[in-house]
Amino acid sequence: MSLFVREMACQELVELVTAYFDGSLSRSERRRFRAHIRGCPHCTAYVEQMRLVIEATGRLTEEDIEPGAREELLEAFRGWSAGRSAG
Amino acid sequence: MTALVIAAPAPTRQDADCMPRLRRGKAGDGAPSGEDAATVARIRNGEESAFAELVDQYGATMLRVAQMYVRDRASAEEVVQEAWLAVLNGIDRFEERSSLKTWLFRILTNRAKTRGERDARSLPFSALAGAEGEADEPAVDPDRFLGPDSATPGAWAAPPRAWPEDRVLAGETLGVIESAIEMLPEAQRKVIRLRDVEGWSPMEVADALEITDGNQRVLLHRARSKVRSALEDYLEGAPQMRGRAPARPVKGRRSNPIEGGAG
Repeated sequence: MSLFVREMACQELVELVTAYFDGSLSRSERRRFRAHIRGCPHCTAYVEQMRLVIEATGRLTEEDIEPGAREELLEAFRGWSAGRSAG
Repeated sequence: MTALVIAAPAPTRQDADCMPRLRRGKAGDGAPSGEDAATVARIRNGEESAFAELVDQYGATMLRVAQMYVRDRASAEEVVQEAWLAVLNGIDRFEERSSLKTWLFRILTNRAKTRGERDARSLPFSALAGAEGEADEPAVDPDRFLGPDSATPGAWAAPPRAWPEDRVLAGETLGVIESAIEMLPEAQRKVIRLRDVEGWSPMEVADALEITDGNQRVLLHRARSKVRSALEDYLEGAPQMRGRAPARPVKGRRSNPIEGGAG
């Protein structure tokens, strides 16, 4: 099988990490990707770094809607709701 | 039935073993859920708390998405308010062919687009996204790989190191990430916020921003790569302290938001 699989360079692999995580690599690319990280501790470390980046970014807090805008919307909801039950 | 959606954010073709741990259940893949049906039923019933939950969940994101289409924040706020009213007025027509979230953002995007055309935003988001996607920006400084004359071109010359997980996830480090995201070009910043901060699926991002799946992935990849690089500088010290030549500055993007002044 490896006869048909062109080797992937580290420099090429680092460009494919997001596509790999998203599951959007072609089958052969994914095979080459996996074969590469199996044999390359540096790229394994790199992929792990990217994984940590994603996990840490996921811990950032999202913004909240401004209280004023929120209250306006809830008021609009009450108006809408009242209009519905009246109609 | 309600819990299903929360627990399983669409692993479709993803490699479960290789995926970053999903840290919350907000991501959906655009499919309707039992939870959506319940929310819609409560809103139709006039339950304010159901509407308030929706507003709290998506309000801030809607504003951010609207700003990609219109000229200024005030216009974006108006568009968001209009979209919410359209959601209420259209709630009886919501048919669960898509998820509530997808439907919500479709209404928003349509309105924001119309408004943006009227305002003539100088550069539409899709054009911006395209331009940022085309520029040649390697994920890792090319100097860190062996050159074409070596026996193994493209192999690491200055390899990455293992990072201590607890330190990466510490509050102080999260501040570095936040700053790094703030410094990203607009389209990359918006995509990483939606994908990685808010946990949207690729499809949801492509849909809401009206860009291709490939485009959102390129933008996300650049954004993540830059954040990684900033984190590396922060965790391991400036490049020259790692025993290698200083990296060629690439349009100032490698500057460290925290230790920028330190030598």
